[in-house]
Amino acid sequence: MFDDPALWLPFVFAGLMGFSILVYVILDGYDLGVGILFAFADDAEQNRMISSIGPFWDANETWLVLAVGLLLVAFPVAHGMILGALYLPVALLLLGLIMRGVAFEFRIKAHAKWKATWNWTFFAGSLLSALSQGFMLGLYVLGLEASWANIAFACLSAVCVAAGYALLGGAWLIFKTDGALQKKAANWARVALVATGIGFAAISLATPFASPRIFEKWFAWPQIALLSPLPLAAGACFLGLFVLLGRLPLKDDRYAWAPFATAAGIFIAAFAGLAYSFYPYVVPDQLTIYEAASAPESLMIMLYGALLVVPVIAAYSALSYWIFRGKAAGDLYDH
Amino acid sequence: MDDPMLLARIQFAANISFHILFPSITIALGWLLLYFKLRYVGSRDMKWMDAYRFWTKVFALSFALGVVTGITMSFQFGTNWPGFMHKVGNVAGPLLAYEVLTAFFLEAVFLGIMLFGFRRVPGWVHTLATFLVAFGTTLSAFWIIALNSWMQTPQGYEIRDGVIHAADWWAIVFNPSMPYRLTHMLLASGLTASFLVAGLSAYRWLRGDKAPSVLAALGTGIRTAAILIPLQILAGDQHGLNTLEHQPAKIAAMEANWETRANVPLVLFAWPDEKARTNHFEIAIPDAASLILTHDPDGVVPGLNDFEGNHPPVAPLFFGFRIMVGIGVLMLLISWWGTLVLWRRRTPGKWLARSLLLMTYSGWAATLAGWYVTEIGRQPWLVTGILRTADAAGAVPAPMILTTLIMYLMIYVILFGAFISVLFYLARKGAEPTGDPKEGAIQTTLGSTAEAA
Repeated sequence: MFDDPALWLPFVFAGLMGFSILVYVILDGYDLGVGILFAFADDAEQNRMISSIGPFWDANETWLVLAVGLLLVAFPVAHGMILGALYLPVALLLLGLIMRGVAFEFRIKAHAKWKATWNWTFFAGSLLSALSQGFMLGLYVLGLEASWANIAFACLSAVCVAAGYALLGGAWLIFKTDGALQKKAANWARVALVATGIGFAAISLATPFASPRIFEKWFAWPQIALLSPLPLAAGACFLGLFVLLGRLPLKDDRYAWAPFATAAGIFIAAFAGLAYSFYPYVVPDQLTIYEAASAPESLMIMLYGALLVVPVIAAYSALSYWIFRGKAAGDLYDH
Repeated sequence: MDDPMLLARIQFAANISFHILFPSITIALGWLLLYFKLRYVGSRDMKWMDAYRFWTKVFALSFALGVVTGITMSFQFGTNWPGFMHKVGNVAGPLLAYEVLTAFFLEAVFLGIMLFGFRRVPGWVHTLATFLVAFGTTLSAFWIIALNSWMQTPQGYEIRDGVIHAADWWAIVFNPSMPYRLTHMLLASGLTASFLVAGLSAYRWLRGDKAPSVLAALGTGIRTAAILIPLQILAGDQHGLNTLEHQPAKIAAMEANWETRANVPLVLFAWPDEKARTNHFEIAIPDAASLILTHDPDGVVPGLNDFEGNHPPVAPLFFGFRIMVGIGVLMLLISWWGTLVLWRRRTPGKWLARSLLLMTYSGWAATLAGWYVTEIGRQPWLVTGILRTADAAGAVPAPMILTTLIMYLMIYVILFGAFISVLFYLARKGAEPTGDPKEGAIQTTLGSTAEAA
């Protein structure tokens, strides 16, 4: 198999793209989530929330550019089919990302009389981005066909993803703040967790029934036995997190990191389930990664670049998180 | 308004035009920030730190706008021009991927350290972060210009089953027009940032804000522009000769030269008439175009009659080119006059300051005009000789494109207005009083929260 790069390169690039999407969802998920929770915070809390994500959000969003870029360059035909079918939600996603990205800067650089407007823009842009991503996911899961039933399912998925991002955002705030805001964040995260759990269960149940192929992949023997740990682990994460969020904050800020790690675990489990359901398709039930892949020599030159550069990116990203470790302060990031 | 291809073109042009405004500032402003920072490190003179702080705010704002409009484009390559990726994706894909991998993450991560890490990292790490941000923006320009230039003057490829495959990556990246276009664009960014810095500083000066940092930034802007503009004129001339060799139809349209002939005059003004294939109201200098393009007054210059039915529209190229050159001449006059005034009197007078204020966004106008010339000048091709624009359009229905186009235009108008007014607002507010940067608040995105409240 390794003799013929046309066989393993598409698989490697599907893996790279999946990795980028997963990293994007977890990282930009927490800063979009903080944006969604923005509406429930007062002015001082908002400044603190911004300072907990300020140094990171731009790099977080770059994972989306990489994921879309990999889809574009490794599976160009799929890029056209998927984004063409999702044209309107993509436009709304871009609108949301534009709104929140610029509001970051404008809210503190424009005249004070505009601050409330830009704060609202930041919240609305974050929420719109999360909702449209969830909507796109829902429609994608059902094969990109825009029937009324599918749109209803996509709307459910939109709310579920927005709730999941709010959960990540709340968990991030528990990790990066203290005092009253941390307590508030634990409450926000708990509400978001319940909403995420309901949506999550609904989607998990609906997906196999919407697609006979996926049903087959999950419920045939022995797959069902081998795969059962995945939903069971996700369920355990939900329950454990629900209990933990009710008790936080603990003395000496113990386990302040745990909600974020657990929420990330839930997202990883969900992602693994989706990846298993769809492989080898990049456009569900229509186009496999092997049919959609670019020419091997083009994939090869990108693979060299990715193998060389991605570890470097990981290293300086880690450096940045290390530099900005600890609790975020109020107005100024670093008091 | 029911032609999907026209709408897709308008939408993509609107996005890319709005996008280029911000990189054209940040590519060079990053290096100016590094200069301010190094001058501060070398002299410990607070005026350089104040200049750094003020212009970091402008940089952060421009960068954010560049990022979000850039994300839009990464989606639109696929949604608006699926045929582009299908036909030349094997070349375009890796170039775009390398831009993301080598430049985007670098800029994004170190911008965070540059904006928020002043008191969290040692001074040299902060200076290094400033350098890496400037380096990242320039590297990003390198990759995207390589791709754009390849679309203008493609080489290093082979065609198998009707699809382009890469044969020689060195030849693809360093294609014939790439070194010229890259130089021309980097200098354009240098001039855009210089006149922005000089113009906003002149605005502060005119309002009575005569802090040493204002004069330092103003002088830096004027002198940088005075050095770059002759280089730009030279680079532009060389770029033109390169275009004459590889894309003669573009030059013929820029000069509104309808017939291939010797002793071609340089048309200063005219009204090109594409139906009658002639110019009205022409004012021209005899033999000058032949002299410029062939360095010989008797030189033969190709005319549009050689490319009938296959050349770009004449009027936008003809006027776009003249707008760009006209602004370039103004830039030369004002930056040299300003350098002379500062050299003799050390401070700008009222008229110099007013002229600089008027020129604040001149770099934008010249850069846009130049890009319109080179991009419209590639038509009817999307990739010269390989793919026609008409063959790359997608199947998205017109009403859907129109809806999103209106949405994009509305938000761009709002953001454009907000950006310009916030820049002048920041200038009116000026930099905060100086102090030891270890004690005082560094003017980061968050640092200015207190003063805005």
